[in-house]
Amino acid sequence: MAKITYREALNQAMCNEMERDDRVFLMGEEVAEYNGAYKVSQGMLEKFGPRRVIDTPITELGFAGLGVGASMAGLRPIIEFMTWNFAILAMDQIVNAAAKMKYMTGGQYSCPMVFRGAGGAAARVSSQHSQALENWYANIPGLKVVMPSNPADAKGLLASSIRDNDTVIFIENEINYGDVAEVPEGEYIVPLGKADVKRAGRDVTLVAHSRMTGYALAAAEELAKQGIDAEVIDPRTIRPLDEATILASVAKTNRAVVIEEGWRFAGIGAEISARIMEKAFDDLDAPVVRVTGKDVPMPYAANLETLALPSVAEIVEAARTVCNRN
Amino acid sequence: MLRRVNYSIILTHLPAPKVASFSRVQEYETYPFASQSLLDPALSDFRAQVLKNKGFYHIKIIRKMITIICHWLLRECSYGIIRRLSFPNGGAMVAKKKQVKAKGLTHEGRDYSAESLHKMHDMMLYIRRFEEKAGQMYGLKKIGGFCHLCNGQEAICVGMEEAAESTDYMMTSYRDHGHILARGSDPTAVMAELLGRAGGVVGGKGGSMHMFDAEKNFAGGNGIVGEQVPIGIGFGFASKYRDDKRVSITIMGDGGINQGAVYESFNMAALWKLPVVFVIENNQYAMGTSISRASAETHLFKRGISFKVPGMQVDGMDVLEVERKTSEALEHARSGEGPIIVEMMTYRYRGHSMSDPATYRTRDEVDEWRSGRDPIARLQKQMVDAGLTTEDAFKQKDREIKKEVAAVAKAAEAQSEPDPSVLWKDVISDEIPGAYPYPGQVG
Ligand SMILES: Cc1ncc(C[n+]2csc(CCOP(=O)(O)OP(=O)(O)O)c2C)c(N)n1
Ligand SMILES: [Mg+2]
Repeated sequence: MAKITYREALNQAMCNEMERDDRVFLMGEEVAEYNGAYKVSQGMLEKFGPRRVIDTPITELGFAGLGVGASMAGLRPIIEFMTWNFAILAMDQIVNAAAKMKYMTGGQYSCPMVFRGAGGAAARVSSQHSQALENWYANIPGLKVVMPSNPADAKGLLASSIRDNDTVIFIENEINYGDVAEVPEGEYIVPLGKADVKRAGRDVTLVAHSRMTGYALAAAEELAKQGIDAEVIDPRTIRPLDEATILASVAKTNRAVVIEEGWRFAGIGAEISARIMEKAFDDLDAPVVRVTGKDVPMPYAANLETLALPSVAEIVEAARTVCNRN
Repeated sequence: MLRRVNYSIILTHLPAPKVASFSRVQEYETYPFASQSLLDPALSDFRAQVLKNKGFYHIKIIRKMITIICHWLLRECSYGIIRRLSFPNGGAMVAKKKQVKAKGLTHEGRDYSAESLHKMHDMMLYIRRFEEKAGQMYGLKKIGGFCHLCNGQEAICVGMEEAAESTDYMMTSYRDHGHILARGSDPTAVMAELLGRAGGVVGGKGGSMHMFDAEKNFAGGNGIVGEQVPIGIGFGFASKYRDDKRVSITIMGDGGINQGAVYESFNMAALWKLPVVFVIENNQYAMGTSISRASAETHLFKRGISFKVPGMQVDGMDVLEVERKTSEALEHARSGEGPIIVEMMTYRYRGHSMSDPATYRTRDEVDEWRSGRDPIARLQKQMVDAGLTTEDAFKQKDREIKKEVAAVAKAAEAQSEPDPSVLWKDVISDEIPGAYPYPGQVG
């Protein structure tokens, strides 16, 4: 296995899928000649030419809709949003068109396509460019929401998403793009809807997705030093959620902390902790605790930004609380 | 041939100039790049057509003179009162700078006093040096995130501000340092914002992309491309609603022009005759995408045609030309004629942001603009040629400005970071203490 970056892993998945299926094309701002604002599509224009790797004007609503139409007409679009902050402009096409098309046409049309791009908090870019909005999409029937936390998952999940017959919201993490890890070469598939136990442990379950998975793993290291053996679960697919893996873990540890970068109110953590309460109430030795972003827009100043984001220390603290160590 | 048909559409669809209108036909005649490579050959055909229409021309000039006189009277009688009411210092803040001194420059029939020329020059140079400082501070990792500099585009910031009333609203994209400085915001506060300090224009919460100064009627600093355009017509709407004769100067880029909301805004602004000047800073690139790769119609001043929004193209590297054309556009909007588009032809010397190496442009292209059309060098030459000052005096001025900027950076850096309690401030205005999510609380 070669060690490659998260962005290279995504690139491999797209290239492999484009090689095996001519219906797949990539469209978005700066994806072709500039090789992607974050260099995810490096070399793809050269490889596949301007028919299949297409730079757009800055017009998110328009090209998202183009993707919806092309998918209805039988193509397999990968529509890149430079960041998910800009997908907000395209919300109508994603929510009102792509997500509902199969249902409201009685199955006549569907939208097999991937909307992908960088999500989550980036570094020091203030309120409009730093936010985790996966809960918006996760709330919508008709969408699948996928968020890889490491390079191998990035490759395998993106390949699955492109092959999937539904609309997949594929949210990458801007800060993780440079992460390096071993990734299987050639075709590599990670199925959608399967959580992954990133670290096995007995005392407490930490559920975290995207960049927060790394935070949870770091917290688990710290907790180990304090004699607490944490299990870290990455749902990988947010919707549909592999609750069985989470519930099995809670049945073992009897304690859970749910971590997310986004805001607490009506967040992913709210959903996951509600499922644990509904399905595993008798397994719990303590109420589930959530660690989330603070309930404020992201500020620019370095000290405020640090305060606004979840931290490893907060996860450690929360785990200690559910383990009655505080 | 096709093109010609298009141009005749312009002529027939532009509203016939009424009392308060200036000659738009004249705008096309004075297309600033007539001798430059940028000129589309088809435009010469268009010019020929325009000349055929010259018969109307003298009538328009007389109309325009009458309009100017009427407006001056109107402004002194009504707007002057508003100004005096809203500014306790008796309107000194907005006292206009265009009084003609004995010595100065005449550009296209407009007189500029030595004083106002110096002011414009010094501000352009100040912005240039300020941006260079910001670039340096970014290199030292003292500024974080995205940082977009406006080197090369200073004439637009300064020329527009010179033409505008300080009561006019202004909003732009994330490339905002030059505009807010030209508006007259405190440079130390602007630099402090870049550094994420407590004394920043928005207290350190916004950074480079989100400069706002309500006192100066500067409404951002907007990070989402095109976002400020509908907001801009909202300010225009408020102005029309209150009939206070303020114009909304709504600035966007050649990339931003392609957002759908821009056309929704053109339509509403024209439909309701909102006092809006839509300014397009056409620096010919949106990140790495050159205008011709993103726009089917690259003459952006024509983008309003089907909404009956007239447009003009301006040499944005010439501060006096920017001032002159912006004045005309403002007058058009202020007089109740509705919106107008001003396409400023310009160039950004630096990459899109600090992290962009700008390899999509040739060295020659950058040099052609930098050394051939630089707005600061151009004004300096005009002023020296007119005998208003000397090259040495400019060098001295540059040294002073560099010192000032260095002092500003030092003062900004000396400020503390925002107090942690500020994290929870200003999320909403009317907090509801007993209801979750509880204001200012983590859990
Ligand atoms: C809605 C949206 N899409 C994409 C971006 C990313 N982005 C930031 S600036 C930019 C280019 C804008 O170019 P232009 O409008 O010409 O302005 P300039 O940077 O040249 O001043 C892009 C694509 C964004 N901020 N917002
Ligand atoms: Mg541009």
